[in-house]
Amino acid sequence: MSATAGSSPVGVLDLQGGVQEHLDHLRRLGVPGRPVKRAAELEGLAGLIVPGGESTCLSRLLTIFDLREPIEQAYRGGLKLWGTCAGAILLARENLGETPYFGLIDIAVSRNAFGSQLESFNRAALVPAVAREPVPLTFIRAPKILRVGSGVRVLLQLDDYIAAAEDERILVTVFHPELTPSLAFHRYFARKCGLNPTGTDDAGLDPDWTPLSWTRFSSHA
Amino acid sequence: MAENRYLLNTQLAQMLKGGVIMDVVDVEQAQIAQEAGAVSVMALERVPADIRKQGGVARMSDPGLIKAIKEAVTIPVMAKARIGHFVEAQILQALKIDYIDESEVLTPADEECHIDKTRFEIPFVCGARNLGEALRRIAEGAAMIRTKGEAGTGNVVEAVRHMRAMNREIRQLVSIPAEEIMGFAKANGLPYQLALEVRTLGRLPVVNFAAGGIATPADAALMMQLGCDGVFVGSGIFKSSDPVRRARAIVKATAYFNDPEKLLEVSMDLGEPMPGLDVANMPGEERLAGRGW
Repeated sequence: MSATAGSSPVGVLDLQGGVQEHLDHLRRLGVPGRPVKRAAELEGLAGLIVPGGESTCLSRLLTIFDLREPIEQAYRGGLKLWGTCAGAILLARENLGETPYFGLIDIAVSRNAFGSQLESFNRAALVPAVAREPVPLTFIRAPKILRVGSGVRVLLQLDDYIAAAEDERILVTVFHPELTPSLAFHRYFARKCGLNPTGTDDAGLDPDWTPLSWTRFSSHA
Repeated sequence: MAENRYLLNTQLAQMLKGGVIMDVVDVEQAQIAQEAGAVSVMALERVPADIRKQGGVARMSDPGLIKAIKEAVTIPVMAKARIGHFVEAQILQALKIDYIDESEVLTPADEECHIDKTRFEIPFVCGARNLGEALRRIAEGAAMIRTKGEAGTGNVVEAVRHMRAMNREIRQLVSIPAEEIMGFAKANGLPYQLALEVRTLGRLPVVNFAAGGIATPADAALMMQLGCDGVFVGSGIFKSSDPVRRARAIVKATAYFNDPEKLLEVSMDLGEPMPGLDVANMPGEERLAGRGW
C-alpha cells in the first residue's frame, strides 16, 4: 500500500467504542480520517486505529463481519496499526488467560488489570519519543502490557507495567490519548504512517478541544 | 465526586457507544451475552417482563448474584438501584461494579428525590422520557442517559416516543432566539446551564442509549437511526425462543444500523421474539416509565 504523504486517510475501526473521539483528533491535525466498517473501506489507508471500546465485543464483531482477514491482509501489505486500550489487547500476541486475537505485535497484555471503573484514572507522563513535554494520559478499565518481545520498543514504562510500545508497523497504548486535549500520539502515529500532520514535538495540547468535542461527529439530532 | 472522576465516568460511557447492554439473571446468561458481543451486562434477579408479571416490590438484586456475574465476565457490569435508594447505591459502589442504573424498573424508594449522584465515585445511568428529565438527572450527577421506553413489554413504541421527544426539544432549543431560552427552560423543566450546553452541542452532553421495549434487530437499528448512541436490551433476548441467535443479531444490527443489507441478513431465522404487550391499553399504574420525574 503506498501512503502518499499528506493525502491518504487514517482509518478508525468503526464497530463500537471511541470512534468519533479519534476522528476528532485526526481532524485537528489536518489528517483525513475515515470510519471503517467494511473491508472495502480499508483500501488506500495509510494507517488504521483500532479504538478502545470493549475488546471482547470488538473481537466478536470483527469475526462475525469478516473483517479479521482483510485487516491482517492490509497489515501484510504495509498498513500501519495503532491499538488504544481494547485495540492494544486485540493486537497483542499474548493475552493473559485468553486466546489472543490478531496477535500481530509481540507483547503480553493483561486485560482490565487495574480493576473496575472505580480504578480508572488520569495522570501525566513524559514520553520522550512522542513529545518533549509531559502529556496527559487517561486510563479507563485499562489493560497492562507486562512484557515486550525483542523487536518491540518500550515508549512508556510506569510503575510495574508498560503503557505504550511499538514495533516497526504497530503502535499500542493502554491509555486513551483521544480522551485528552493532547494530539501528540495522533501526530506520532500519523508520522509513523508517512503523513505530515501539523504541529511540532510539544505536548500538542489543543486549546479548542473539550471533553465534548467528539459530539460533532455523532449522529445525534 | 471530583470533576475529574465525573469526566472519567462519562468517558467510560463513550467507550460503550455503538454497543448493546444486555439484562442477565445468572452467570450462564452473562456468558452468553458476552460471547454474543454485548458491550456490558446488567445483572439482575428478574428481567423487567417477569417483574411486570409477578408484581410486588422489586428491589436491588442480591449482591451475591451480582458478584458471581461480575466474576464470570470481563466486560463491564451494571446493576440497578431503586430510584432514590441511595443505600442500595452505596452497596453497589462497595461491590465495585462499573455502573449503577437508577431504574424505574424497580419499585421507587422515594417519590420526591432521586439519588444525589454527585456524592458517589461510581457512575450512574438514569432513564428519561424527554429533554428536561434527562438534564435533571445529569444535573444530579448522572454520567449517562437512556430513554425509559416501557420495559418488559417487547414494544418499542415508548422508546421511540421518548427519543423523538428528546430530539424535538433539542431542535427547538437550538433554533429559538436567545431571549426565549429561559422561558423554554422554565416550561420544560431544564436546568438552565445544561440547556445552554445542549443548545451549543445540538445533543445531550452525555452518551444516550435507548432502552425499554427493544426486541428485534430492527428495533435496535431504529433507535440508532433516531440518534441513540447504543441500546439496552432487557427482556428482549432471554425471553425469546433463541437467545443466542437473537443476542448476536441485535449486536450486529446495532453496529450496522445504517446498512439495510446487513440488517436483512441478521434479521432472518431468529425464531420467536418475546411476546409483546400493547402499551396503549395498559393502565397508568402498570406503566414503569411514569416512575421518577
